[in-house]
Amino acid sequence: MNIVVLVKQTPDTAANLTVDASGRVSWGDAPLIVNPWDEFAIEESLRLKEKFGGKVAAITMGPESAKEALKQAVAMGCDEAILLHDPAFEGSDAVVTATILAAAVRKLGAVDLVFMGKESVDGNSAQVPPALARRLGWPLLAYVGKIREVDPAGRSIVVERILEEGRQVVRAPLPAVLSAMQMNEPRYPSFMGIRKAARMAIPIWTAADLGLAPDQVGAAASAARWPAIFAPPKPEVRCEFIQGESPEEIARILVDRLLAEKVL
Amino acid sequence: MSGIWVWLEQFQGQVPSVSWEALGVARRLAEAMAGPVTAVLLGHGVAARAEEAIAMGADMVRVAEHPDLADFRLEPYLAVLAPMVAEAQPQAVLLGGTARGRELVGGLAAELGTAALMDVIEVSVEDGRIMAVRPIYEGKLFARVTVERGPALLAIRGRAFPKPEPDPSRRGEVIAVPVDLEASGFPTEVLEWIPEAAGEIPLNEARIVVGGGRGVGGPEGFEPLRELARALGAALGATRAVVDAGWIPYKYQVGQTGKTISPDLYIACGISGAIQHLSGLRGVKVIVAINKDPEAPIFKVARYGVVDDLFKIVPALTAELRRRGLAKV
Repeated sequence: MNIVVLVKQTPDTAANLTVDASGRVSWGDAPLIVNPWDEFAIEESLRLKEKFGGKVAAITMGPESAKEALKQAVAMGCDEAILLHDPAFEGSDAVVTATILAAAVRKLGAVDLVFMGKESVDGNSAQVPPALARRLGWPLLAYVGKIREVDPAGRSIVVERILEEGRQVVRAPLPAVLSAMQMNEPRYPSFMGIRKAARMAIPIWTAADLGLAPDQVGAAASAARWPAIFAPPKPEVRCEFIQGESPEEIARILVDRLLAEKVL
Repeated sequence: MSGIWVWLEQFQGQVPSVSWEALGVARRLAEAMAGPVTAVLLGHGVAARAEEAIAMGADMVRVAEHPDLADFRLEPYLAVLAPMVAEAQPQAVLLGGTARGRELVGGLAAELGTAALMDVIEVSVEDGRIMAVRPIYEGKLFARVTVERGPALLAIRGRAFPKPEPDPSRRGEVIAVPVDLEASGFPTEVLEWIPEAAGEIPLNEARIVVGGGRGVGGPEGFEPLRELARALGAALGATRAVVDAGWIPYKYQVGQTGKTISPDLYIACGISGAIQHLSGLRGVKVIVAINKDPEAPIFKVARYGVVDDLFKIVPALTAELRRRGLAKV
């Protein structure tokens, strides 16, 4: 099984975010992390490799500093890492990002599965998995909660997809694009893995390396526009502590308050 | 280009609330842009929903029926919907931002070479162009977003917009769309369906949610919360810590790697209020926190707080609702 796991570097979810007038988002000293949803995809990819052999390549698109996310993937056990980086990529929306990622997957050659988290914790759009599946022409298995069986020889996979009303059990031929829900407990990087990651030279693939023309990537190729990013209005919440002689009295006062708020 | 389209999701013939909410938004946009609203239904044996769609605000309903459309699968759904949209060139296609909706809209954006605006919580028309507001970074920031070319695709966040009131006197046109699908043309095969939410109020649609954290102490500690949820007609939620501990299934998890909810009322029981849990609460109107620890961060976001034992307060609350005839059961 040759697996590509797509990772994204995101600000820590506990970071305090600020945004300036030009719409640039900052997170102060908070660390950058591997998108938590992608960690489930990394873990699951490593388990598949351990069971069926093959290798796992981690790919990210981003600035040079995004190599740190790739190093974490390698430290967890991924065999290869590739950074997709080109100033021309800047401003790419989800569909254009999918176009770039699809070109990288094709360049790698024999790939059985592309795995990633169901969405990123910064963009929250969940659009790369379906767009990538369409760009590759492969089936999409999104929101995977469990891999039931993989048949590398018969080239098929059976998964449980988590939808609102329950789980849809689906069989698809390989290669396929998968997106992960919280389906495992991601491992910590190993000591050996950290050493390997520190020494690894990570290749950078540009638009030219991927055979993409400048007008196929970046803001010019993207249909989405983001005219403004701003801090949401923060309603001042002051907690009123309900006190009483007994639980019954507290319950009575609380119900009065909730009726007055018209939320019951 | 004219008119606004809405894809009405259906599961076993039932249309989720957020699809109707999207239809309500479509109606507003269509009035601002002076065009008709077209609802699209894909499925097998779903034609009965068309009249309902008209009552809810559609001027026209296009119904595509085929055995291959019975269960949602991205590939056949796109094969039917993408050419319809490409041909009719509506100004926008709206849908509910459910799991299926998010897949379909991403596939449509790729096929049509346009972009999808996700998690839309506000929408307006400015100089003939649709502008939307959406939360990003787990709701820490908002973005104003729009689409430069092609039909704008909008995935509406559940409970961000009102569900329209049905008007049975409305009239509209129902069009059966011929579907020509080669059964073998699609790679994925649905083998089984495992219902997980039968008889429960879905978390994403719930008006009230009762959530439990470590303070419930164990799997059986959820019993009084379940009782309160039943009395309120509420959905049950939980933190990641208790899901990881195996006290309650993953489908109840609210927060960063679980579900995002927007109820009017969230009753947090024994929940400390870690940022990863709070990021799943978007646009909740009123939070009530019941926790023994007065320093718990949950009280910083709560409107009402009770510093006490949840096993005393929660049953008292259930009893009080029953006493006043406010309980559903």
